[in-house]
Order: sequence, then C-alpha cells, then structure tokens
Amino acid sequence: MTVSDATGLDVEAIREDFPILDRQIGGDVTAPGPDETDDTPLYYLDNAATSHTPRQVVEAMTEYYYEYNSNVHRGIHSLSQEASVAYEEAHDRVAAFVGADGREEIVFTKNTTEAFNLVAYTWGLTELEPGENVVTTQMEHHASLVTWQQLCEKQGAEVRYVEIDEDGHLDMDDLRSKVDDDTAMVSTVHVSNTLGTVNPVAEITEIAHEHDALSFVDGAQAVPTRPVDVGAIDADFYAFSGHKMLGPTGIGVLYGKERLLEALPPFLVGGAMIRRVEFEGATWEDLPWKFEAGTPPIAEAVGLTAAIDYLEEVGMAAIERHESELARYAYDRLAEFDDIEIYGPREERGGLVGFNLDSVHAHDLSSILDDHGVAVRAGDHCTQPLHDVLGVPASTRASFYLYNTREEIDELIDAVDTARQLFA
Amino acid sequence: MSGSDMYRQQILDHYKNPRNYGEMPDPDFSHVGENPSCGDTIKVDVKLADDDETIEEISFTGDGCAISQAAASLLTKKLPGKSIEELQAMDTDDITEMLGVEISPMRIKCAVLARQVAQDGAKLYRGELDEKERTITEE
Repeated sequence: MTVSDATGLDVEAIREDFPILDRQIGGDVTAPGPDETDDTPLYYLDNAATSHTPRQVVEAMTEYYYEYNSNVHRGIHSLSQEASVAYEEAHDRVAAFVGADGREEIVFTKNTTEAFNLVAYTWGLTELEPGENVVTTQMEHHASLVTWQQLCEKQGAEVRYVEIDEDGHLDMDDLRSKVDDDTAMVSTVHVSNTLGTVNPVAEITEIAHEHDALSFVDGAQAVPTRPVDVGAIDADFYAFSGHKMLGPTGIGVLYGKERLLEALPPFLVGGAMIRRVEFEGATWEDLPWKFEAGTPPIAEAVGLTAAIDYLEEVGMAAIERHESELARYAYDRLAEFDDIEIYGPREERGGLVGFNLDSVHAHDLSSILDDHGVAVRAGDHCTQPLHDVLGVPASTRASFYLYNTREEIDELIDAVDTARQLFA
Repeated sequence: MSGSDMYRQQILDHYKNPRNYGEMPDPDFSHVGENPSCGDTIKVDVKLADDDETIEEISFTGDGCAISQAAASLLTKKLPGKSIEELQAMDTDDITEMLGVEISPMRIKCAVLARQVAQDGAKLYRGELDEKERTITEE
C-alpha cells in the first residue's frame, strides 16, 4: 500500500511525517510514552477526538521557542516584534484558509467549546430576550448543546432541537417549522462527530437569515477534513479546533462577521484586549484583539499556521476524497455483519463511522480493540442526548485522517471479530 | 495492561452467567449506583444475619459493561459470611485481586462500582452517611 489510487494521496510519504504512528503499544499505560513491554503496532482510528501532529508543526513550535519566544504586542525589542508578526499573521493564514475576509474576523480561543461560550456570554447575555428561541439540533456536540441550553435557561429563552430521521439526516421540515420570527440563533453542527452526517449548513443559514436569525456553525469535524468557505456558507459564526487539524492543543478559532464582532462587548477582560484604562473605566482594542485577553497561545498559533501549510500542501479536496473513501470502505465492511449496527447515513458522510456490536458494551469492545492496537473512541462522544435518541448508552467510533489506510480498517474488522468470539 | 487479558475466562463467565442476580424480596438494605463513564448501573440488596453485622445474603441487578457486571457478580459470591466492617475495609486492590486481572486505569470505575454501592448502602443503613440517593463512581 503506497499511493491510494482513488484519491491520489501518497499515504506512505505522509505517514513518514508522523513519528507517533510508528510507536508500539500494549505495555504499561500508567506512565506516558513507550516502554519495553509495548508489543503491538498502533492503528490510530480516533482522529475525530484528536489528530496527530506532523514533524513540521512540532518543528515550527520548537523554532518559535528556541529562536523568537516572546510575549506579543508589548515589547519594542526584536524578539517581541518577531513573535507579534508571527502571531498576527497566524490570524491572516486562518482567515485565508476558511474564506474569511481578514484577521478582524478570526478570534483565537482555547478550543471550539470556548468559541461557543464566547458568543453565548457576549451576544447571548446582551441580545437574547425572554420569549425568543435558539434552534439547534439533536446531533449537536455538548460544546454547542449545553451552551445554548444553559444560555436559554439564564435568559428565559427557549431552546429547540431539530430532529433527525432514520438515516441520521436532519429533518429539514422540522427545522423549517422550528425556526420562526422569534428565533434569534440557529446553531448547527457542520459534520456530526457521531453520525458522520454532513449537514446543509448554507441552506440552514439561509433559512435562519430569512427569519432575521443568526447562524452559528460548529465546524470542529469539518475544517480538518474538507474545504470550508465560511463566506459561501454565509454563517455569522463558525468555530473549530486546532488539535483536530494536525495543530497543537490549546488553540481554537471563532470566525465571526466583522460587523457582528464589532458590535459585541468583550468576553474575557484584562490585559492585551484594552486600548486605554483609567480607574473609572476602559476602552477596547480593535478586532480581533478585543476578544483575546491575556497572553494568547502564541506557540500554538505558530503551530496552527504550520498545520494549515501542511494541509494545503496535501490539498483539502484530496483529503476529503481520501476520508470519504475510507469511511465508505469502513461502512461497507462493518455492514457485512448482521450483529453490527451502524449509525448515520451511508452516502455522503464525514470520515468516521459509529457503530455497536450486539451484546458487547462499547467500552468492552474498545478495550479489546486496544489490545489489538486499534485505537477508537468508545462512549457517548459528548453527544449524550443524541445517544438517547439512538436508544443506546454508548457507541464505538472509528474516525480517519489523511494518514490512515484501508489495511488499518481491516485490522479494526479483525479485532471486532476477536471481541465477537470472546463474548459469544 | 492489555484488553483481552482483562477479559479472562472468569470475567466473561460471570458477565454471561451472573451469580446472585435478581431482586431480593425482603432485604435489610438496598442501594443503587452508576458509573456515568460507561453508563453502568448496579443495585444491590443485602440481608444481614441476626447479629445485624454479618452479611448473610447479597444479590444484585444491573446493566453495563462486562467489567462492572462481572465485578458485581463476584462480589456477591465473596461477601456472604463477611462482616460489614470487612466490607468497608475493601479497597481497590481487593477488587482487582477478586477479579484476578489487572484493570486498566480508565476502567477502574467500572470495577469498583458494585463495592462502592454496597459500602454506601451499608453506611446509609447505619446512618453513617447523609441521605444519598445513588452512588456515583467518578475520578
């Protein structure tokens, strides 16, 4: 297996850039890192939780720490200027990557969850009125669902959940009936982290706008895996995380339309986000700095820039094709077995497959898969209400990225069979 | 610690054929608990001997992963004849020893659920614990 014919990715060459894919597992897990008792190759199929980090990203961050580590927007000295330029340009790089108009529209947060909270605490607490509603969906990640649920409770507003159909698609008729003239926000996940469903977020945004509501799209599973153009979607807010797209942990992105961000009050206040402070009051910095209080994730921004460079060099369209092909292959292999239930649609899905093996709890299955070197996510995937809809306490999810191969999916299928035999 | 090691014959046997499974008609105390990470639930019913101290009989009902259910089944075999003090003295190592396998760190909460439920149930019975509707095993 070298080049994946269908998609044109040189997977073998890509894998060379990810040293962690070479490590063995199976030994002592009470201390971090490999040890001499590790004896099983790693098949990493948990990319929807976090992706691995190529050398190029680690090296860019190392270079930052070794060569120009400094605080930003403060010093007049050379290191601070170099760090400031790199940090500011990271916003430009992200803006160009997702089709935003410029750095003013790109706020660095800790992660997607913080991006949701930022909007809830600024827009939500000042604009959302009692009697209004927020429309979101049954397939939201807790980052979105819990944020809107708690905000609505605080504001005396109503939260409405759009239902899913048998295949795991959004029921668009239900969405149209739930969005009304009292709707202030429509919040939809772009690609479901549990079902793999790709939602028609441009269409949903249009429906929101017809009712003068805002549209927030959760892109945590979309930006890493497919070309995304926030302008084409016309979303008012769009959020994603660096660590799911080959970047470091500790940095996420909130995209917001400039005129909206301009009108919002700050979220966290303190250093770096102010223009002028007196004992009696303060004024705020320009966008996006108004929303980035305190020392920001500078090394992480440098790492995220390198991650975007890497992804663009491989090509987002090629990555999307590769993911779709692997997801289809995994879906069809799992579907060969009557005792496996797969969640979400077969056609057009993100690069992940959630399933359950009859009579084996997802956590037992995951433990057995781990013994075979197969790393998957087992549990509720931060979508507990969706699991209630599916009628299961937990599911197992295999999720793929640009370095995964069909052979790794075959390993998954073999390991699932071991579990089947063990519990028979 | 590897997964399949965790699923040795004894665990699978107790998972597939749980011992002392079912509700007890007239228990001295009952208690329920859950492990939210796996969605495991366990309820134990306990009958004490006339000394109000020795565990005479214990049964359980529940739902969840193999580790949690097998641990509950094994516990109901181990406890009869033991005193409540002995139950309260049981720690995680005793559970691991009873299971006969090492439990990976992420699964300890499953393994100790039944013990925790029994211990909290006994404390509630003796008024040593403030009213607690259910036991939850968390980090």
